[in-house]
Amino acid sequence: MNEVTKIDGIGSSVRRTEDKKFLTGKGKYTDDINRPGQVQAYFLRSDVAHAKIKKIDIKNAQSAPGVIGVFTGDDIAADKVGGPICGWVVPCRDGSATKEPPHPLLAQGKVRFVGDAIAVVLAETAEQAKSGAELIDVDYEELSPVVDFENAGDGAQIHDEVPNNCYFDWELGDEKATADALSGAKKIVKLRVRNNRLVPNAMEPRCALAEFDNLDDSYTLHTTSQNPHLTRLVLAAFMFAIPESKLRVIAPDVGGGFGSKIYVYIEEAVCVWASKKVGRPVKWTADRTQAFLTDCHGRDHVNDVQLGLDENNKIVGLRVDTVCNLGAYLSAFSVVVPTYLHGTLLSGQYDIPAIYTNVKGMATNTVNVDAYRGAGRPEATYLLERTMETAAREVGMDPAEFRRINFIPKDAFPYQTQVALQYDIGDYEPHLDKAMEMIDYSNFEKRRAEAAKRGMYRGIGISSYIEACGLAPSAVVGALGGRVGLWESASVRVNPTGTISVFTGSHSHGQGHATTFAQIVADKLGIPMENVEVVHGDTDKTPFGMGSYGSRSLASGGSAISKAVDKIINKSKKIAAHLLEASEDDIDFKDGKFVVGGTDKEKAFGEIALAAYVPHNYPLETLEPGLEENAFYDPTNFVYPSGTHIAEVEVDPATGVVQVVDWAACDDFGNLVNPMIVEGQVHGGIAQGIGQALLEDAHYDENGQLLTASYMDYCMPRADDLPSFKVGYTTTPSTVNDLGVKGCGEAGAIASPPALINAVIDALSPLGVTDMSMPATPQKVWKAIQDSQSVAAE
Amino acid sequence: MYSTKYVKPNSTTEALEAIKSLGEGKFLAGGMTLIPTLKQRLASPDGLVDISGCKLDSIADEGETLKIGAMARHVSVAESAVVKKAIPALAKLADGIGDRQVRNRGTIGGSVANNDPSACYPSAVLALKATIHTNIRSIAADDFFTGMFETALEDDEIIEFISFSKPTKANYVKFPNPASRYAMVGVFVAQFGDEVRVAVTGAGEGGVFRHQEMESVLSSNFSADSLSSVKIDSDGLISDLHASAEYRANLIKEMTKRAVV
Ligand SMILES: Cc1cc2nc3c(=O)[nH]c(=O)nc-3n(C[C@H](O)[C@H](O)[C@H](O)COP(=O)(O)OP(=O)(O)OC[C@H]3O[C@@H](n4cnc5c(N)ncnc54)[C@H](O)[C@@H]3O)c2cc1C
Repeated sequence: MNEVTKIDGIGSSVRRTEDKKFLTGKGKYTDDINRPGQVQAYFLRSDVAHAKIKKIDIKNAQSAPGVIGVFTGDDIAADKVGGPICGWVVPCRDGSATKEPPHPLLAQGKVRFVGDAIAVVLAETAEQAKSGAELIDVDYEELSPVVDFENAGDGAQIHDEVPNNCYFDWELGDEKATADALSGAKKIVKLRVRNNRLVPNAMEPRCALAEFDNLDDSYTLHTTSQNPHLTRLVLAAFMFAIPESKLRVIAPDVGGGFGSKIYVYIEEAVCVWASKKVGRPVKWTADRTQAFLTDCHGRDHVNDVQLGLDENNKIVGLRVDTVCNLGAYLSAFSVVVPTYLHGTLLSGQYDIPAIYTNVKGMATNTVNVDAYRGAGRPEATYLLERTMETAAREVGMDPAEFRRINFIPKDAFPYQTQVALQYDIGDYEPHLDKAMEMIDYSNFEKRRAEAAKRGMYRGIGISSYIEACGLAPSAVVGALGGRVGLWESASVRVNPTGTISVFTGSHSHGQGHATTFAQIVADKLGIPMENVEVVHGDTDKTPFGMGSYGSRSLASGGSAISKAVDKIINKSKKIAAHLLEASEDDIDFKDGKFVVGGTDKEKAFGEIALAAYVPHNYPLETLEPGLEENAFYDPTNFVYPSGTHIAEVEVDPATGVVQVVDWAACDDFGNLVNPMIVEGQVHGGIAQGIGQALLEDAHYDENGQLLTASYMDYCMPRADDLPSFKVGYTTTPSTVNDLGVKGCGEAGAIASPPALINAVIDALSPLGVTDMSMPATPQKVWKAIQDSQSVAAE
Repeated sequence: MYSTKYVKPNSTTEALEAIKSLGEGKFLAGGMTLIPTLKQRLASPDGLVDISGCKLDSIADEGETLKIGAMARHVSVAESAVVKKAIPALAKLADGIGDRQVRNRGTIGGSVANNDPSACYPSAVLALKATIHTNIRSIAADDFFTGMFETALEDDEIIEFISFSKPTKANYVKFPNPASRYAMVGVFVAQFGDEVRVAVTGAGEGGVFRHQEMESVLSSNFSADSLSSVKIDSDGLISDLHASAEYRANLIKEMTKRAVV
C-alpha cells in the first residue's frame, strides 16, 4: 500500500533522489547534447611557455578537409570582444591597485603558458578540426619562462601592465602590534610551509555548445558551469556587450567542479562568438590533456610563519608572509582566494591578540590558479595547524592540550578576530574531545609501541580548523573589493494540486541539492518530499542567482528557499482564514494543515493551493490569486563551520610508504538537513585532502612544461589509499540563518592535509624528522628517513 | 586519432599477409598501449591488423614448460587453474597488472612485444628462462629484450606464444608507481634447483635486467637476510619525478627481500 505518512524532512538521511540517473548512466551532460548542423571546435595551443608570436600562418588549415573556419586573436579583436574579467581585486600595500592585465580570448602577440590558445579551428568533425590545427604554422620568438614563483620578481616580465610579475602585494592586520607582540614573546616558533599545486580533475572535462539564432539575435550556451547566471552576466555585460536577455546559459548535469567550473573560460566565449561568425552551432569538448593544461589549478603557496608564545604557552601574536602563484592571467577569483579567503582565517579557532599577514600574488608562465575546494581556507588551515603542532612539540606539550588552552573560549562569542571576521558562534573543545575519543587518543602510545614491534612507525596528527563559508554578506564583499553581490535567490511555485516546483539560483554538480532542498520544503510545508521538484541550471528558468561554491548552497541558497516558503505560508494563512471564516491571527500552520486555533476547523495545504488557482471562493479584493513567491537572501555574516580531524598513519621505513590507518572527523556544521549527504561530502573532502597531502602534485619543469599532465604522472587518490572514516558531529546552530546551518562541502579538504602531515611527522619524530612537505610521497619520506639517519650517524 | 584501416584475420598466416599488404601496419592485440598512442596521434600506422581472431590465446601445461599464447589476456592468466598450479607467481603477476579493464583487454604478447620499461611481464619472461616463439623462430629471453621499448622482433614478426620453464619456487613483488600503478620497481625471483634468477623491471634505463650479484648470493643462500650485504648500484637506474635512482636502488633490494620467502 502506498502510505504517505512520513515526511522526509530536515534531519532525515533520505537517499539522493538524483542518483538513479547518474548511477544508471543516464545523466545528461553538455557533451551529450547535439544540435543540428553543429560544427566542432579545436583550439591550437601554445607548446612553449613564454614567447612572442611573430607570425601565424593559417592558410593550409583553411583549406584542410572539413574545415569551415580558422580564427585568431585578430579576428576576435576586430569584433571588439573582451576577455574574461577578474571578479574581485584588492588594494596593495603601497596604495596602488591590483594590476589587471588583459586576457585576450585568443593570444594577441604573445603566449604566456603551455596551453594558451592561439587559434580556433572549426570543422565538420572534431578530428578534422584537430587535423586542420596541425597545419597552422606559428613562428615564435621564445622568451625566458618564469616558473619559480618565489623568484618570479626577477624573471622576464610577462605582462607590460605587471611590473616585477607581481599582481598585488596586500596586507591585513596590525603590523606594529604584531611585531611588538612577537618581540615580547617568550618563544617564537618559525615555520616555512608550502601548499602544493593541484589540478582539480573534475570527472567531466569542460565542454561548451553555443548556438546563435539570427531571427531574434540571441545566443544559447550549454556549458559546464557551477553558476550559469554569473557566466551569462560576464559574457553578456563584460565580454560581448549584449543584453543579458539575448543570452541563455544552461548548465545541465555537470560532473564535478571543485571550483574549476566557476569561471568563464576563453573557450566558452570563443564558441559563443564563433556560432554567430559561422552561423552554425559550435561545440567544444576538452580532452583530459586539455583539462590538465587549461583548467585553473589550485593552491600553490609558500608561507613563512612566526608564532609568538608567552610563558604559559598562550599565543601572543602571529605573522604570516605568503607568496602565491596566480599563473599567466588573473582568473575571476584568483585574487580573493589567497587574500580575503585566506588572510581572514589566520586566527583559526584560537584567541590570538595580534595578527599580521602580507600576501604577494605572482604572475608566472603557468596556467591560471584559482579557487579549488576550500579556496584559501585550506592554505590558512594548513599553515596554522602545522605551526600549532610544531609549537606544541617545541614546548613539550601535548598538541591537543596546547590547542585547548589557546581555543577561543565558549563564552567569548561573538568573537572578533584580528583579521576582520567576527565569528558568531562556536564551541571548540567538544569536537576536539569527541574526535580524541573516536580515535582512542589516550591509548595511542600503546598502538605506536605495537607498530614498532612490526618495524613500522606509527604517528598521530591533529587539525582543528575553522572556515568561513556561505559566501557572503554582499556589503562586506563590496567593501573588500568584490565586484559582485553574493546573495542567493529562490522561487517557490505551488502548483494547483499542492505539489511544489522550486527554482534555485544554486547549481548542483554533485552536491545533492535536489534532495536536500526538497527536504527543507517538505519539512516546512509538511508535505512528502516526492511532491517537491527542484529546478536549477538554466538562466531562462531560474531566478538570477550566484551559483554554487564556497560551501554556500545550503546556507545561502537553502535560506532563500526557506524564506520563499515562509512567504508561501503567510499567504496561505490569509487564504485559509478566508475559507475558514476566521481571523488570520487565529490560524496555526502545523503538519501541513491550517487550523483555527482551539477548534477542529482546518484546511489541508492542497486545498489552499487549489483555492489559490481556482479562486471561486477567494478574497480577490485583498489578495492576488496564485501561490508563487520569490525570495532573495543576503546573509548578515559568514557561517563558521569548525571541527577537529585526527589522522593516524603507519610509515614503512624500508619504502617510505605512508598508510593512513585511521581517521576521526568531528565537525560542527550546525544543523544537518541530510546527514547522509553531509557524511558523503565529508568523505569526499577528506579523500581530496589525503590526495593533496600524500599523492597529488602539479609539477612544471623549468621550461614551463607540465610534467604531470596525465594520470600516468598525476596521482589521484583511489579507494585503496583511504581508510574507513569515522565521522561525528557536534552542533552549535549558526545564528546567521533561520535554518541554523553552516556548510560542509569543503570542510574535509580544509581539515585533512595538516592532520595527515602532522601524523607523518609524529610517526617519524623518533628518528628526528621535524618537517615534511606535501605530498609526502614514498620517495620523499624515505629520503627524510635516510637523511635523519645520516645526521644521527655523524 | 588519424583515420586508419582495420582488418581482423582468422589466422596468423592471414595476419602476416595482411600486414605485408599494408605498408606501415601494426598488430593490434589488447590495444591497451597502442590505442592510447593512436588517440594522442603519436603514431599513424597505415593499418591495424587485429590478431584477436588468430586463435593465439591457449594456455597449456607441457610438462617441463608452461605455454601461454600471445593473445592470452591478463585476466585469463590470472585466473587460469593451469597457471596457478604450474607457476603461481605468474598468475599473481598478471593479477596485479593495471586495473580490471586493462586486465580484461591487455595481453601477454602485447606486453612482451612492447617491452615497456615499467611493465611487469618482461621480468617474468627473463627470470623464468622463457622462450618467445614467433612465426619464424624461437628467441631465448636473454636475447629478446634489447633496450627500453626495444626487442629482438623484426618488422612484421609476430609472437605466437611464450613458453616458461617451471621453477622450483618463484615470486613477483611489485612496488607500484603511485600514479600509474605500473611497476616503479618489480622484482621476479625464480629458483631452479641451485640456480636463482632475479629479474628487475621498472628500474633500468635499458629496460628489464637481471641482477647477477643478487642471483649469486641467493644461489648460495636463498634467504632475505643474505641480501643485507648486497649493495645495489644506482648507476643506470631510471631517475624521474616519482623516484630517484637511489630510491629505486633501495626498492630493488627491498622488493627482492620481500620476494624471497
Ligand atoms: C591504465 C593502464 C595500466 C597498466 N598497468 C600495467 C601494469 O601495472 N603492468 C604492466 O605490465 N602493464 C600495464 N599496462 C600495460 C598493459 O599490460 C598492456 O596490455 C600492454 O602493455 C600491451 O598489451 P596489449 O595487448 O594491450 O597490446 P597492444 O596495445 O595491442 O599492442 C602493443 C604493441 O605490441 C605489438 N604487439 C601486440 N601483440 C603482438 C604480437 N603477438 N606480436 C608482435 N607484436 C605484438 C603491437 O603492434 C603494439 O606495437 C597498463 C596499461 C594501462 C592502459
